[in-house]
Amino acid sequence: MDDAHDHADLDRHVRAALLVFGSLLVLTGFTVTAYFLHLPTRLAITLALLIAVVKGSLVAGWFMHLISEKRIIYWVLALTAALFFPLLLVPTFTALGKVALP
Amino acid sequence: MEIPYTVAVRPDTGLNNGKIGIWLFLASEVMLFGALFASYVMLRVGAESWPPGATYLSIPLAAFNTVVLISSSVTMVLAWASAVRRDFGRFRLFMGITILCGLVFLVVKYFEYTAKFHHGYFPSTNTFLAIYFTLTGLHGLHVVGGMAVNSWLWGPGARMWKVDPVHFTNRVENAGLFWHLVDLVWIFLFPVLYLL
Repeated sequence: MDDAHDHADLDRHVRAALLVFGSLLVLTGFTVTAYFLHLPTRLAITLALLIAVVKGSLVAGWFMHLISEKRIIYWVLALTAALFFPLLLVPTFTALGKVALP
Repeated sequence: MEIPYTVAVRPDTGLNNGKIGIWLFLASEVMLFGALFASYVMLRVGAESWPPGATYLSIPLAAFNTVVLISSSVTMVLAWASAVRRDFGRFRLFMGITILCGLVFLVVKYFEYTAKFHHGYFPSTNTFLAIYFTLTGLHGLHVVGGMAVNSWLWGPGARMWKVDPVHFTNRVENAGLFWHLVDLVWIFLFPVLYLL
């Protein structure tokens, strides 16, 4: 890529980062507003985690450049996710009595 | 002996070694915090009652700190972009703001912690406070670590800028990836501990 192309790419990246920044601020506002609405517990937990997942995806995708990363990074993260979710869910399901201990 | 592929891209991975190294480290960090989040869920699900975060914690202070960390993430991106553009002055400005934001976050956390100690709330008080101090304490240590690296790149480490700007920019990118992970973890800690 030539320099002009590189700089155009970088400008686009910076503009996207600023847009993501604005979105993160708005979503933080939503999170706090949702808290003060005193929603039922299940709905409050679902909504708060949903907003957190969207915010986290924005940070990972644009600030950490995962939206356009090399394949090996995706493999590293796929392996991490494959280990992370059992780590999170197995103890939880055990505590809820949905997984029987031998 | 020179370390290979610190700047040049490895043909097999398509990345320099620093980049793949930081991502492997971040993967281990995800597992570390993942284990603690799993502990939180287990403790909460197993508890007879669980206090709302606001019983002990200040939501306005935590919301303020969320905005501070999000802002520091965007200034980190701007610092990296300035380094790519070879604009050292702007790099220093944005990296300086990033470090300052980290400092503001820690100062707010200090006031939060001391207020709790003042009221007699310690990790040993109850399970909620135990997991609160563990999670936020570990996160705070990561903020300190990120600030140390960023300060090195802002100060003495910036000497590399003159001799090898590409390598220096790669280091800024890697430091940024760690800083964004710290932000990412807080994005989940805020609702989980303070709001639910």
